[in-house]
Amino acid sequence: MSKNWPLWEIFVRSKNGLEHRHFGSLHAADAEMALENARDVYTRRNEGVSIWVVESKYITASNPEHNGELFEPAQDKVYRHPTFYDIPDEIKHM
Amino acid sequence: MKNKDLYNYILGIADNTLILGQRLGELCGHGPSLETDIACTNISLDLLGQTRSYFQYAAKLKGEDATEDTIAFLRTERQYVNVLLVEQPNIDFAHTIGKQFLFDVYHYLLLEKLQHSKDVNLSAIAHKSIKEVSYHQRFSSDWVKRLGDGTDESKTRMQDAINDLWRYTDELFHTTASDEAMIAQGIGVDVKELKTSYYERVSAILDLAKLDIPESKWFQEGGKKGIHTEHMGYILSDMQYMQRTYPNMTW
Amino acid sequence: MSEEKIKSLEKQFEDRILRDEKIEPKDWMPEKYRQTHIRQISQHAHSEIVGMLPEGNWITRAPSLRRKVALLAKVQDEAGHGLYLYSACETLGISREELYEQLHTGKAKYSSIFNYPTITWADMGAIGWLVDGAAIINQVPLCNTSYGPYARAMVRVCKEESFHQRQGYEIMMTLAKGTPEQKDMAQDALNRWWWPSLMMFGPTDAESVHTAQSMKWKLKRKTNDELRQQFIDQTVPQAELIGLTIPDPDLKWNEERQSYDFGEIDWDEFWQVVKGHGPMNKERMNARVSAWENGAWVRDAAIAYAEKQKEYKSKQAI
Repeated sequence: MSKNWPLWEIFVRSKNGLEHRHFGSLHAADAEMALENARDVYTRRNEGVSIWVVESKYITASNPEHNGELFEPAQDKVYRHPTFYDIPDEIKHM
Repeated sequence: MKNKDLYNYILGIADNTLILGQRLGELCGHGPSLETDIACTNISLDLLGQTRSYFQYAAKLKGEDATEDTIAFLRTERQYVNVLLVEQPNIDFAHTIGKQFLFDVYHYLLLEKLQHSKDVNLSAIAHKSIKEVSYHQRFSSDWVKRLGDGTDESKTRMQDAINDLWRYTDELFHTTASDEAMIAQGIGVDVKELKTSYYERVSAILDLAKLDIPESKWFQEGGKKGIHTEHMGYILSDMQYMQRTYPNMTW
Repeated sequence: MSEEKIKSLEKQFEDRILRDEKIEPKDWMPEKYRQTHIRQISQHAHSEIVGMLPEGNWITRAPSLRRKVALLAKVQDEAGHGLYLYSACETLGISREELYEQLHTGKAKYSSIFNYPTITWADMGAIGWLVDGAAIINQVPLCNTSYGPYARAMVRVCKEESFHQRQGYEIMMTLAKGTPEQKDMAQDALNRWWWPSLMMFGPTDAESVHTAQSMKWKLKRKTNDELRQQFIDQTVPQAELIGLTIPDPDLKWNEERQSYDFGEIDWDEFWQVVKGHGPMNKERMNARVSAWENGAWVRDAAIAYAEKQKEYKSKQAI
């Protein structure tokens, strides 16, 4: 036999109130081990309060070749931003 | 020394963490995978950190010029009182894990009780350490299960390791005269009382790992009296090398 | 893809890098970019894990508990850094096992500095101070390199590495102000590690084959000679401060250049070690290969166990 430990992506919440952020990846035979390894590899310096692990093969990523159609149409939708609207200067907070 | 019994009692705990930490440190850079290497080093660091807390306290009790390092490095072999289990060599990863597992289960039960010691220093160290040891226990138990219920080869190796190391488990529950004195004062933990739950827990994990529980009733002892296996001298010659070769220097 | 199409993609690609945009794993990239990055990132990762060995050699013999935990933590960090870098490399479509294979068969290189033996405790000081010092100079610019995963790994590495050099310098400082025997030990270590540390920056610019391309892709921001000079200028005063002597009779402050002039590096020695004939090349490789081979049954067992558990769980679900 020579099957290699699969790759896992590691997400860590640095402190409560913050979202989980992608920290990196590592190899592990199963989810339990991935969690333990993530704890030992990515939180050695007190960097986290919660860990998510997901096997890399289960992540579906968008294709950068489609970036044009996916993301550029959002660029000119200025009316989604507050600065698009004119209001009198006297109104300070809105 | 006023508190000779307390001092001895502390060494009885801290020599275990020192020697086990030292043994694990040997593996750093040679683990079966990078991830596992990092994990084992973490455990070694935990154990050595605990050792330092105990020895710093012991040094205060001893007074004179004692420091954590004089206690760690400048005793003769007969003065170290760790159990035989922790000094056993890392023959293969199954032995490393087996030794760790058989110690972790004991260590956890010990600290659970030591948290309630009447000695505030010991209770504080135990309180801090038990979280680390709780993780050690999980880590080593998981690996015992993986190796025990993995491949045929890993099963054989894990079973061999457990069989080899089993004879050193009974000593964990022996007490010295100093231990008894500390138990009487509500400072020390009566390890004799931990024995039943220890073997229950160990057996439960071995069961899950589909390993046989050794039946041998022949046990080895001596570490707690400073009578060690032949491995100990080599551990010390490494560990004490600098302090012995260059006495009285600051590093 | 037509040649013309590739040319235009390449042009767009180079322009992106020029604009300081990052390249991410799924982005189109020229094959040469991919290969160069695999080579450099893996070489870097290999250096981290082979680099664990010379220092690991002193863990059991560290002279105090404080030094022992610091050294353990440092060597462990190197394992972590190796791991971050292997992961970054894997995003380029090569597996860690393949990378190990390249290391073990001698196809991939690692930093030659780790082929020197660590024979005294002072070597722990010299490595931290000089080798990590040189590594930091090489690495800091990489936090801004063009390949996203590499840059991110380097940010983490650099952040964690900051204690390594201090740890080493503190060891040297303690020895230098210790007994005459300790000071001799420190000086001896400096004598042995100084020149190999200078060699860490690679061949002179005139001899270096990769520099121009690497500059363009921000794998490098300064040339080998510039980095070497920076290292010397920053290290000489640190040696003086603790009363140690740099083992170079030609070392002299050059007022005009505002830099140190230094003696000729023994490039024959450099190439000998690079080609595998350094004092410890064989031992380092043996240690890596046997750790990997002795670990095979452990890794297999973990996979077998995971599969059994999965099977068991799916049966339970039915």
